Amino acid sequence: MTDIDWVALSVFMFFFLLVTVLGFLAARWRAGVDLESLDEWGLGGRGFGTFIAWFLIGGDLYTAYTFIAVPALLYAGNVIGFFAVPYTIVIYPLVFIFLPRLWSVSHRHGYVTPADFVNGRYGHRGLSLAVALTGILATMPYIALQLVGIQVVLEVMGIGGGEDASLLERDLPLFIAFAVLAAYTYSSGLRAPALIAFVKDTLIYIVIIVAVIYLPLKLGGWGEIFGAAEEQFAAANDPAVGTIPPGALHWAYASLALGSALALFMYPHSITGVLSTKSRNVIRRNAALLPAYSFLLGLLALLGFVAVAADVQVDNPQLAIPALFEQEFPGWFAGMAFAAIAIGALVPAAIMSIAAANLWTRNVYKAFLNPAATHAEEARQSKLVSLVVKFGALAFILGLPTEFAINLQLLGGVWILQTFPAIVFGLYTRWFHRWALFVGWAVGMAYGTWTAYQVDFSAVAPVPGTETVGYIALTAFVLNVAVAVVMTVVLRAANVAEGTDQTVPEDYRAESGDEGVDELPQPV
Amino acid sequence: MEQPPRRTRNRAVWWVVGVMLLIPIVIPLIVPIYARQEPELFGFPFYYWYQFLWILIAATLTSIAYLLASRQERRDRETGDGRRGGASR
Repeated sequence: MTDIDWVALSVFMFFFLLVTVLGFLAARWRAGVDLESLDEWGLGGRGFGTFIAWFLIGGDLYTAYTFIAVPALLYAGNVIGFFAVPYTIVIYPLVFIFLPRLWSVSHRHGYVTPADFVNGRYGHRGLSLAVALTGILATMPYIALQLVGIQVVLEVMGIGGGEDASLLERDLPLFIAFAVLAAYTYSSGLRAPALIAFVKDTLIYIVIIVAVIYLPLKLGGWGEIFGAAEEQFAAANDPAVGTIPPGALHWAYASLALGSALALFMYPHSITGVLSTKSRNVIRRNAALLPAYSFLLGLLALLGFVAVAADVQVDNPQLAIPALFEQEFPGWFAGMAFAAIAIGALVPAAIMSIAAANLWTRNVYKAFLNPAATHAEEARQSKLVSLVVKFGALAFILGLPTEFAINLQLLGGVWILQTFPAIVFGLYTRWFHRWALFVGWAVGMAYGTWTAYQVDFSAVAPVPGTETVGYIALTAFVLNVAVAVVMTVVLRAANVAEGTDQTVPEDYRAESGDEGVDELPQPV
Repeated sequence: MEQPPRRTRNRAVWWVVGVMLLIPIVIPLIVPIYARQEPELFGFPFYYWYQFLWILIAATLTSIAYLLASRQERRDRETGDGRRGGASR
């Protein structure tokens, strides 16, 4: 496996160079007056239509890590690994329901981040800071895991990998890839991943569609493939290993799907993608169009079983899909698949670092350190922080075991869901007291972290007071909401100050073209 | 005179939109319905093809919700009373 396949490597390099050129050219694509504001650099000018938004949001949510990890779960026989599919079914109706409201209020008031909205709605910098720091904390390991995606393809291609390689030799290609990414994100902002997403998704669609048609033909059909997987997993004699979840794991499956769906659009990078669109209708239309990616993800997941049927032997399940392509396809096609995965890591890594940088700039730097910052200063700060975030993630993945990043990413999912009440409930009602939301958040964070630690960073744990296991994030979320409700009643009875609400009900329905929406308002 | 029937109809449209969105949130999460092997389709166990089918159903329902919602919002805008009720979605 350490032999270098030069054909695959050349194809890979070709696509990598192509997106590098596109990344730098993107600075001039649909550019506004200047890039020196967060609306331009951090949200691509807030002008993306349905078509671009579809690629951008799709490229943002379906990351390289997803493409590696989801089939890896099925390859390893994880019986609830297919939860990614109901998760991506449930998510789009949710997007349809609440994100247009966030879009409208953000456009009326010039909010760039979800924490901006929380601050405007509740007049509470502490709650806003909690939302911002949770977002940054949850995003960092997510970026680090994108690097794992690049690492596994490099390893299968025979470059950088190998136990006996020197540290420099092993990590240099990854370092170069990331330095290039950092450079064009710095210069082009959100426009870079938006443009690169076209290449990424086109490649992914071609690769997956060819694979799911060609491989079953070669291996004797889907019946054979499922049969081979069932046979292999049955030998494990473990209820957690198989192809269909047993009754005891039904709630684990459903709660993982629901909890992940509620959490996904709390991640700063998803909100950045949504706020970069030019109208609320674009969001709704995309909620109807994005399920095309879910279909793709489902097919991709099944490649985990295909790898079992094709007798792919790897110690690390995450290598299963790249190894499958290397084993079953000619070099040029495998190179295309590897390029798709690596570029699939670059797009979300860029958006995530931009989103984390925006949070830092707006909700820490501007809110606490330099309240008088101008637009240009904000943009400069964000650009620099996007570099820090990316190299932080790189140091993370090179310096610490991959296992650590995976555990932290799992915790990130638990954490980010705890910001849901402040953001989403806030879109509908001011009933909740700002301090109650803060306490609920803190309780959810503490409970979720502690429980995940107790079960050794498994995603699921026993639900207190029941016999069943469920997704820790969702259990913590329920606790969070319960605390927020009780505390609201208490604090209101005690007459604790409610804070000022900058928004009015009409703000949540504003469409582009309405007063105060098209011309960008001054950020507060 | 024509106010009450129009309000009622507006509310009905938003109700339908709500149901169109609620179905694909709730049904795919009821695992006991579909965690079974039979009947198979093209070699796929029921568990797998059922969930793929729901991707299509969910996309269809969300598209219908989109068409209804955008038509209703346009109408609300034209009649100028879109400031109430359903447009809040």
